[in-house]
Parts: sequence; C-alpha cells; structure tokens
Amino acid sequence: MHEMGIALQIIEIASASIPQSETPIQVEKVNLKVGKMAAIVPDSLRFCFEIAAKDSLLSGAVLHIEEVPVRARCKDCHDAWTIGEPVFQCPQCGSGQLDIISGRELNIESIEIADDET
Amino acid sequence: MYQFRKIQVAHHHKEFHKGPQAHTHDTHSTAVHTVKSGTREIKVVRRVLDVNDQMAAQNRRLFADHGVFVLNVMSSPGSGKTTTLEKTLAQIMPEIECAVIVGDICTTNDADRLAVSGAPVVQVNTDEFGGDCHLAAHVIEKALGGIDLHGVQLLIVENVGNLVCPAEFDIGEDARVVILSVTEGEDKPLKYPLMFRECDAAILNKIDLLPYLDFDMAEAVENIRRIHPDMPIFEMSSKTKEGMAPWLEWLKQQVQKKQRV
Repeated sequence: MHEMGIALQIIEIASASIPQSETPIQVEKVNLKVGKMAAIVPDSLRFCFEIAAKDSLLSGAVLHIEEVPVRARCKDCHDAWTIGEPVFQCPQCGSGQLDIISGRELNIESIEIADDET
Repeated sequence: MYQFRKIQVAHHHKEFHKGPQAHTHDTHSTAVHTVKSGTREIKVVRRVLDVNDQMAAQNRRLFADHGVFVLNVMSSPGSGKTTTLEKTLAQIMPEIECAVIVGDICTTNDADRLAVSGAPVVQVNTDEFGGDCHLAAHVIEKALGGIDLHGVQLLIVENVGNLVCPAEFDIGEDARVVILSVTEGEDKPLKYPLMFRECDAAILNKIDLLPYLDFDMAEAVENIRRIHPDMPIFEMSSKTKEGMAPWLEWLKQQVQKKQRV
C-alpha cells in the first residue's frame, strides 16, 4: 500500500550511489531483495518505480526483484526451515521459540550502469 | 503533506508543524566490479527503510532518556482502538501519566475523544484524501514537538487503521499491540501474519457481541498461537469493560519495567 513511498526511497538511495561524473550516468538496472514477509507487492512496486523514476537518472531502469523466502530457526532444537504457510512453530520439536532468519528484507543490493570503459 | 494538530480540548485544533520528510545523504563505500559486457555493477547493500530505522532509533533514545514507555496500537479500522484507549486512559490515569499520538488519514474525531481523558493528544493526519497507510518514525518525531515528555510515563500511539503496513514501520516503540474485534472473523491472524508476528500482545475485542455472532473464540486464539505461540491474548470488551483487568495489569507492568531501567 505504501509502494510509492518505497519507490521514492529506492530512487533516492540508488541516485546517491551513482559515481560522480561530468556526464550524467544513466542507471540500467536496480537489484533489490524483497522478503516474502515484507509488506510489499513486487508488481505494485515495479509500477510505482516506473512512474517515480521518470525524469531521473533511473528513468527506464529495470527494477529486478529477488524474492526471499521466509526462513526460521528453532531456538530450542536449532532446526532451520522454510515457512510456506503462516505457521510459526518448529516442525521438528513443536517449539514456538524461533528466530526469523530471512523473509523481512527490503534491500537495495546493487545498481548497474553503462560502462564506458569497455 | 502531513498535518499535525495538537488537541488541547475537544473541537479546538491547533496546527503546530508542517515539514518536509526526513532525508539522509550519507555516503557509502562502493565496491565496483563488472557484471556483463557494457554494464558495471555498483554494490549498494542498503536497507530501503534505513532512513526510517535511523529515525526510530533516535526516537527510542529520546524515549529512554525520559523513561517513557511507548505503546504502538494497531488494528484494522473499526476494531475499537479509540474506545479501548479511551477506557484504558480512564482507568490508568492519573496513576500513570499518559500522552497520546493518534494517526488518521483525516478528521480529528479520535483525538477529540481521547482528549477528554485529560492526556495531551496530538492528532496526525496523513492527508485529506487517501493519505499514508501507516505512521512512520519521522512523523512521530515531528508529532513529539507537540508533547512535553517530562513526567510522561506512557506514550500511546494509535496507528492508522490497517492490518498490513504499520507492522513494517518501526517508530521507536517499546511494545506493539494488535486489536482484533470478534466481528472481523477468526482467520485474520492467518491472513495478516506479519502483524500478529510483530506484535507483543493481542486484544480480542468486543466480546460483548459474541452471543450475536458465529465467532469461534477457541479457533481465533488457536490462529493467533499459530503465528505467535507465546503472545499474551486479552479477551475483553472495551465497551462494557468486561475482561479489561488483565490487559490493564499487563500494561501497567510494562510501564513499571521501563521506569526501573
């Protein structure tokens, strides 16, 4: 629901990561990691990003979203597993004491720009 | 544009702050390597919500300095957040000094109701039509400009009615509570797992309506337990105050714990 705000934040962070240059460097791709349990809908984010990136150095850039599964580790038996349906209980020992080890990501991993040196 | 209104007495609103969103322009080390011919990949590796998280940490330090326990109250619209807070404030004040920040897309209806308690109330309106779906840390930071935290023991933040987005945004709170009313259906914890996972306590509200509904309380509790096995669950009616005592006791304990730190 707040994908537009997230898109604007992505553009701000990505823009700040473009190397200093005399000629403007256009960004071709933004690589993003989005956890399955981040309150983000990838298609909505791509839609908002496309609109928000207009007239910026990210205009036309591809937003590549790698979705990260929700994984948990049991604090009692240390078993780790991927959570497919919303049940947060260890399948091995039944404990409810667990750490979410992935699935909450909303990270910019990298940007890709045209390389004029090649 | 956000609007902040400090509510002093009912139907008397004073706008005290309008400002741009918080931005950071810090620099980061960037490792560069070639990915494919004609393209260069520049490592960024930053959380998109970094700005929010930094602001939340700043809020948290401010709250710690004042020994204020901050409770973030979240639920869908119409679950009884405001009524629950009205009744809660009436029963814990003046024993506990309270202040309230209330977020809504528009209107000051909630703030007007809560100001009756005598607690200082700041209404945050995210926009007149279809504004933000949650309160972010920088909004809380600005709202704090309208509250004197000295002597405040409990700051309650009534978030925008929404079971999805508010769960994603740290505002610097100590605890989060989700309110689910029995008219909403037993399956909501399974439909909104992030919210129930992220909260520290759950209120099952409007139990006075149970005789008129097909709501299965045991199933609702079971569904919450599937998402968050150890979460305290308070079955109560804010309207009739039935079952409120354990909730008030839990809240008082949390406030006292913070004061001892």
